[in-house]
Order: sequence, then structure tokens, then C-alpha cells
Amino acid sequence: MDTMLHISTLHYMVLSAALFLLGVIGVLTRRNVVIVLMSIELILNAVNLNLVAFSHYWQGIQGPNALHGQVFAIFVITDAAAEAAVGLGILIAFFRNKETINVDEVNLLKW
Amino acid sequence: MNPPVATPFFFYLLSGTMLIGGILVITRRNAVHSALALIAALLAQAGLYLMLYAPFVAGVQIILYAGGIMVLFLFVIMLVNLERSQKERQFNKQWLVGIAAAGALGGLFITIYTKGKGIFPDRAMSAAVLSDLELNNTQKVGVLLYGQYMFAFEIASLLLLVAIIGAVVMAKKRI
Repeated sequence: MDTMLHISTLHYMVLSAALFLLGVIGVLTRRNVVIVLMSIELILNAVNLNLVAFSHYWQGIQGPNALHGQVFAIFVITDAAAEAAVGLGILIAFFRNKETINVDEVNLLKW
Repeated sequence: MNPPVATPFFFYLLSGTMLIGGILVITRRNAVHSALALIAALLAQAGLYLMLYAPFVAGVQIILYAGGIMVLFLFVIMLVNLERSQKERQFNKQWLVGIAAAGALGGLFITIYTKGKGIFPDRAMSAAVLSDLELNNTQKVGVLLYGQYMFAFEIASLLLLVAIIGAVVMAKKRI
């Protein structure tokens, strides 16, 4: 089959890798903590997309009951919710103390 | 037999939306615009889940991400004062090193995916199998979640409890 006309697992993997890279660039280069946290959400979503795509692939081998990837994706979403709540709590505490939300001004532990 | 809904057109449309949304998230100056772009990307991802015959995960994605986490993000953006940080420079001093590291990671991905293409041979599923996949998806996920993954599920509930307590402790002025 033509690669443009048929969507395989590899298509989803490439899309997921591109999103992961966008998230990594956001985490490494942005100064705004809120946008760094959003980039982490992008990374987690890229992983989730991979998990669900592999789950679909695995269903083709093991039958329709093999949904382990989707269950794992739900656990990752739970983790993302917990991480966002705690991260934004830390952000509010930090903003109250230093009146800034730039990551490179978080240097109290720097020697 | 109905033709499958998951046409290549929708895959490229949704993945294009996701990529543009992701680029907007990491380049916008205003954090509210970034949050809106992220919502668009997350909704497009829910569409991709539907194409992968995962309707339950798609619903969870919309309710939890677009409905819950993004509201939390917008709430915090409104709470902290962003006027000052919008006038400053948006990228830190190590941005060149950061992009170089991300480029190295991208090179790694490209190498692996071009060399390992054969590891995942394409298995085109028949339309009968595909229509079977979307039947009782939620029920099957629930059986796995409360059966085989019971212990992990309980640990996740504990994690959420710890996150609730942690968020309150962090955000409260005086304990």
C-alpha cells in the first residue's frame, strides 16, 4: 500500500517524536515557568500518543482485549494531573516570595 | 460493511493541528495564547485517539486535559502577574545549547526510525476486526483497570491524595 494513503504505527511514532521534541525545546529554552509546565504536558501527551498507537498495534496481534497501552495512558494522564497541581502550587508559592515567574531567577540553591 | 472513519486525510489534518499547536505553545509571548494553542493540540489528540479505536481514552483526554488541567493553568496565569514578564526576553541564555540538545535527540529519533522501520511490520486489519475493536471499549478498559491493574490503580489514588495535600501546602500562605 502507498505510505501516504495508509496510516501505520510508524506514522503515529513520528508524530509523537516531533511533539516530544517540541516539548523538549520548550522546557530547555523558555523562561516562563507556566510555559515550561505546558511543555511538560506536551511531552507527556506525546508519550500517551505512542502508548495508544502501540496498544492498537498490539490489538492486531493479541485480539481486541489487549488494551494494556490504553490503561497505561490513563495512568499517565493521572500522573499529569497530579504533576500539574503540585507544579502550579509551587509556582504560586514561588511567585509570592520573589515576585517573578522566570525559571532562571530561581537560583537560591546556586552556590 | 461501513468504510473505516480513520481516513489518512483526518490523520494529516489532526497531526497538522497538533504540530502547529505545539509550535505556538513554545513560541508565544503571552501565556494565555500558549494555553489556548495547547487546548487545540490536546483536542486534536483526542481525535487521534478516536482514530486509534480508543474512545474511552479520548473522552478522558477531553474531560481531564481540556476541561480540568487547562482550567487550572488558565487560573494560575490569571492569578500571577504576567505584565512584567511579557516585556522581558522570553528565552533563557542557554537557548542555543538547549536547541542543540533537542537536535541531537531528534537525530537519534530519525536514525532509529529509519533503521528500525521493519520492527513494526504493517498489519492492515480487516473492517470486521476494526468494528469489533470499538465495541465495549470502556468495559474492557474497566475490566483491566479493576482486575489486572488493581494494585497500580490503588497506588494512583494514593498519588492523587499526596498531590492534593502537596498542592494545598504549597499554595497556602500560613499552614
